[in-house]
Amino acid sequence: MRPVILSARGITKSFGDRTVLAGIDLDVAEGEAVAIIGASGSGKTTFLRCLNRLEMPDAGTVKVGDETIGETAFGRAADARSLARQRRLFGFVFQRFNLFPHLTARGNVAIGPRRVLGLDRDEANWRAENCLAKVQLEAHMDKRPSQLSGGQQQRVAIARALAMEPRVMLFDEPTSALDPELVQEVLDAMRRLAAEGMTMVVVTHEMRFARAVADRVVFMADGAVAEVGPPSSFFGAPKDPRLQRFLRHLDHAA
Amino acid sequence: MIFDWGVVAYAAPLLAEGVVITLQISVLAGILGLLLGFALGLASLSGIRPLVWIVRGYVDFIRGTPLLIQIFLVFFALPVVGVRFSEFWAGVIALALNAAAYVSEVVRGAVGAIEKGQTEAALSIGMTRAPLLIHVLLPQAWRPMVPALTNDMVTLTKNSSLLSVISVYELTRAGQAVISTHFAPFEIYLLLALYYYVLITALATASRWLERRLPAW
Repeated sequence: MRPVILSARGITKSFGDRTVLAGIDLDVAEGEAVAIIGASGSGKTTFLRCLNRLEMPDAGTVKVGDETIGETAFGRAADARSLARQRRLFGFVFQRFNLFPHLTARGNVAIGPRRVLGLDRDEANWRAENCLAKVQLEAHMDKRPSQLSGGQQQRVAIARALAMEPRVMLFDEPTSALDPELVQEVLDAMRRLAAEGMTMVVVTHEMRFARAVADRVVFMADGAVAEVGPPSSFFGAPKDPRLQRFLRHLDHAA
Repeated sequence: MIFDWGVVAYAAPLLAEGVVITLQISVLAGILGLLLGFALGLASLSGIRPLVWIVRGYVDFIRGTPLLIQIFLVFFALPVVGVRFSEFWAGVIALALNAAAYVSEVVRGAVGAIEKGQTEAALSIGMTRAPLLIHVLLPQAWRPMVPALTNDMVTLTKNSSLLSVISVYELTRAGQAVISTHFAPFEIYLLLALYYYVLITALATASRWLERRLPAW
């Protein structure tokens, strides 16, 4: 078994009196790809956002390697600067891309290396161009997001996250906002990333992707992990009745 | 009533002198007001509590008191504590301090209106507050700011007529001087209105030109 790189313990989160996460535990091994599926409202996205503190969990700990997110090495609460540094342990890909509209594709990817890591312009651009090449966008580096298709925009967003050299990539329904014909190019980019050994946690509705690429699949229901397993048993012999119902619905839909 | 064209012909060049002063005051106060306003706006966006409170208090004070009183404070009250300006500079400073409060609100509003996903994306690549503001949010806020800032500059230019009460020889004061010697209030005030209207229209046109030239995505 490869070493655990990401470990979440007892993550809880409520909005008002609505409990969204009721204590989630998840370990992810180095190089592993984990898919999280579940009905909308089951807390998948909130869980992902709690990992890199876009959302502040009410309780629970998230560790990457031996760093505890939100804490200094001495167990004290991290200040804004160290939290910002810890966020870089994760790359985050948003459902709606959230590219910076005023920058070119290259600028979107280079801004992190330049303004966060402090590389000079040439180094940052060079790194950006490498990352864009990885998602096969070398022909579109000088275009702004508004000149790119949804699939291309999402690949720029992936490159933007990769440019920070994260330990773990988090994907929040990366293909949900895309026209159907553009989904595949994004999934292909993710598949290549997984094949290169990137550790990934993917919240998704793409069951074929989960089946083909994920090492393990997590089913979330009612703010808890209802079932976890490798795709073969997860899809082949689901045990949780809610998962059985969920998969049946998908079959009907397809 | 007979419209006295003679006094108009006599006053027009005299008033033009006033226009020059009004322009000088408006441009200087406008530049100072924009600079201070941006500084205050950024301070209130910094998230640093004491700064946020100071700016809020300042904006409250400016909004909650008449500009005329603010002018008197700068011109009559500050000398009491040893800070003395000429009429001209007291006027410029009072107008700039007043405009800065409104400008800071425009800056805060425009940056605050940028979609939340932009902030989240910047945070997700490890940005802290300052680079987020400078490199992500502000560049997107320029264009939406222009119409509101134009309003502030238009107001400032019109407000400069209040400086006539501290004897700044700007457009309104120049008109009053002609009225006091020739007693032609109808003709002169109409002429004053026309002068202001032309000034403001020029300003509004320049602003629309600027807004078109700023990039939109």
